[in-house]
Amino acid sequence: MIKTLADWLVFTTIGLVPGSRAGEALDFFIYDTLKIFLLLTTIIYVVANIRTSFPPEKTKRMLSHKREYAGNVLAALLGIVTPFCSCSAVPLFIGFVESGVPLGVTFSFLISSPMVNEVALIMLWGLFGWRIALIYIGTGLLVAIVAGIVIGKLRMERYVQDYVWEMQVGKAEIVKQTFREKLGYARAYTLGLLQKIWPYVVAGVGLGAFIHGYAPQDFLVRYAGRDNLFAVPLAVLIGVPLYSNAAGVIPIVQALMEKGLPIGTCLAFMMAITALSLPEAIILKNVLKNRLLAVFFGIVATAIVCVGYLFNALL
Amino acid sequence: MKIEVLGTGCSKCKTLYENTRKALEESGKTAELVKVEDIPSIMKYGVMGTPALVVDGRVVFSGKTASVAEIMGVI
Repeated sequence: MIKTLADWLVFTTIGLVPGSRAGEALDFFIYDTLKIFLLLTTIIYVVANIRTSFPPEKTKRMLSHKREYAGNVLAALLGIVTPFCSCSAVPLFIGFVESGVPLGVTFSFLISSPMVNEVALIMLWGLFGWRIALIYIGTGLLVAIVAGIVIGKLRMERYVQDYVWEMQVGKAEIVKQTFREKLGYARAYTLGLLQKIWPYVVAGVGLGAFIHGYAPQDFLVRYAGRDNLFAVPLAVLIGVPLYSNAAGVIPIVQALMEKGLPIGTCLAFMMAITALSLPEAIILKNVLKNRLLAVFFGIVATAIVCVGYLFNALL
Repeated sequence: MKIEVLGTGCSKCKTLYENTRKALEESGKTAELVKVEDIPSIMKYGVMGTPALVVDGRVVFSGKTASVAEIMGVI
């Protein structure tokens, strides 16, 4: 139905010729944008309602004094539903560590939260289908769990900034919300998130549409195909300093995949952009000493590279 | 009345501060309005999501940018 609407707009109303480059690119752009915004609005609203039941204070209590392994798995899963914004990373980190959440478990949460979320799920589902969406979620959780376990095993507690351990944290008071307040919160959250990510979506889909219409078909196969062993680490190296959310990256990645970039390389690129970024490093510098910060980036980047190789080999 | 806006300085925190100022203006109430940006002071309230709004030492909102109407309901 959306496809018919996009076709009608581009080919009948604007009068571009079906099959022409400009026509196909614009058709693709309108179709994808409409579809994604429709999906985003519905699903973010549903997830926002679920989220009202998982304030970070509650997540913290569920994770405090949890053991390794089980704790890491739970933390990665809770990362999906607990609302997280990179500007809250510092109070969140201190709150977790202070209340006895093990360091490795805290990291599992910090890695999974920005990387695996409803926005990524919707975008992948809408653009790639449910199979790849599930693969991304599954491997994203795996990266978060494994990296958290490794950081826990390395016993790096002394590389957390000293003041964190001395901090007096007040008793978290959870503000109880009525059902109506929760609905109001979900609505405000959905509108707020849409407002924040719409430019990324439009820019991402626009760039994707351009690649779709104009880049030569085998352009990437030649340079970054399956045979090039350096493609995956290179994708991760390019992805880490870039800062964008899933909404902006996924449409671009879809276009790249169409032009022959293998799935593993695509997944790795996406994960590197969403899980690791320079602004995040600057924020986390407040609570982590350089060595732990470097170890964190190193382990997560390595795990992502492994995911890339694995999927290039499997699919 | 003392109102504190807790937040490390992101755009959401600025919006909450502005909304609080407007809420005070519209309701005609007077209060001491301060912005708390240093992490130890924020953590004293046990808040894990910023921005948060504290009225007379009690956390009323955390992790969200409350609207002017919502703030008027709690001051």
